[in-house]
Amino acid sequence: MKKGIITVVGQDRVGIIAKVCTYLADHQINILDISQTIVQGFFNMMMIVDIRKIQSFEAVVDDLEKLGKDIGVDIKLQHEDIFNKMHRL
Amino acid sequence: MINMFEVTETNQMITEENLDVRTITMGINLMDCADSDINKFNQKIYDKITSRAEHLVKTGEEIEKQYGIPIVNKRISVTPIALAASASHESSYLSVAEALDKAATEVGVNFIGGFSAIVNKGMTESDKALIQSIPAALAGTEKVCSSVNVGSSKTGINMDAVRHIGSVIKQTAQLTQDKDSLGCAKFVVFCNAPDDNPFMAGAFHGVSEYDTVINVGVSGPGVVKKALESCRDSNFEVLCETIKKTAFKITRVGQLVAKEASKRLKVPFGIIDLSLAPTPAIGDSIADILVEIGVEYAGAPGTTAALALLNDQVKKGGAMASSYVGGLSGAFIPVSEDQGMIDAVTQGALSIEKLEAMTCVCSVGLDMVAIPGSTSEATISGIIADEMAIGMINHKTTAVRIIPVIGKEVGDTAEFGGLLGYAPIMPVNSYSCERLINRGGRIPAPIHSFKN
Repeated sequence: MKKGIITVVGQDRVGIIAKVCTYLADHQINILDISQTIVQGFFNMMMIVDIRKIQSFEAVVDDLEKLGKDIGVDIKLQHEDIFNKMHRL
Repeated sequence: MINMFEVTETNQMITEENLDVRTITMGINLMDCADSDINKFNQKIYDKITSRAEHLVKTGEEIEKQYGIPIVNKRISVTPIALAASASHESSYLSVAEALDKAATEVGVNFIGGFSAIVNKGMTESDKALIQSIPAALAGTEKVCSSVNVGSSKTGINMDAVRHIGSVIKQTAQLTQDKDSLGCAKFVVFCNAPDDNPFMAGAFHGVSEYDTVINVGVSGPGVVKKALESCRDSNFEVLCETIKKTAFKITRVGQLVAKEASKRLKVPFGIIDLSLAPTPAIGDSIADILVEIGVEYAGAPGTTAALALLNDQVKKGGAMASSYVGGLSGAFIPVSEDQGMIDAVTQGALSIEKLEAMTCVCSVGLDMVAIPGSTSEATISGIIADEMAIGMINHKTTAVRIIPVIGKEVGDTAEFGGLLGYAPIMPVNSYSCERLINRGGRIPAPIHSFKN
């Protein structure tokens, strides 16, 4: 399965997870795993998502970046391979 | 499964420590464009370059998006023009440079390398025509980069070419003096030039290569510097292990990008150039790594040892991360492109002589060094000859990219802009080498080159 890693970093506020999850649901992107912490008021979340049904990866990257700007956090979607290659033999 | 700590570490390298893939360079063979009519040749090379590299920039941008890593440059290298254009029997190749420039602009790359000649033993008429065209080509085009290989460990040094190049550099400086002699920043003279170097200004597509190939240059001095901050009081074993591990991680990203680019463009993957290439951005500096290892400024006693270990550990870590390694592979030490080096020169800690010593243990050589515009042609040739001798005797690639900035003297600063940065003018030894340079002929190959 092809997976993507979504990271969300920024000032904590109401509705961050809701907004991100709504977008993912609307675009048929299944969430496989979520981990989230708050460090000194900073929201830090990582999601592993199934990207097989995504038509245009670049479009989703742009959408999520824009969504992040709207709610004042930094949202990134990256293909998991960059992390696998860097951290796994 | 990937955990949050690993994801955060990777993304911190990218956002805070300037981790990037420095260049995806597409090598394109132009030998099949040979024509006795130079206009037909120019049309053929324009057509071939623009068709082969049509999707290069777009593909690079897609890969950036996919992995969230910047790919700073997309570039093209071509067969040395002195070889590809030789059937034309022209005395000037300026029109070829213009065709290359036009093709590079059309496909959107930022540089195209290969306005080059390989003359380490002798020069053909075509080589002479190319070398004579260099000043006008570099002044009259924006994206064309030029290089000449004047020596090798197998053949010795072509001192006629070295003498000639001194004058070529001076003419280029004069023709571009309104831009602080910027033309010279697009020209490199080599000893033992590699066929597959993806970095500019010295990239060309060697004759031993595929028809089209993808080579990738990685970078990340900021990442190495950050990693070393955690072992400030450690011994050399820990220091070296840390550099190796970091180089491994950086190179794995380069390998991923190279394989992906090769797959998407349907072009064979050539090599990864394991390099630490600085930029003028704060924290993206080789000199800062040397300072982190333990010298007050780059150039202080101990600098050569620090650079030697850095260079070697980068190769050891990177070699395991990549299936094919080539190009220049090592730490670059350009002056103008590295804020730490600029500071060292301004402080008086770093001289051309110390830089020359440093080039014995790292990749390439005297790079982006600005010298007084009044420096004589013979002295420039002398500086080149010294650097070529280091490469020839030590079986390594060495190069000189030196800029005599017309109208400026020691104490002034040359501004090149962008990735090329700015440079304080460095003093040059004022004693003459004219009689040596004017001897003519070749320096024979060293005894240890006869290995057959």
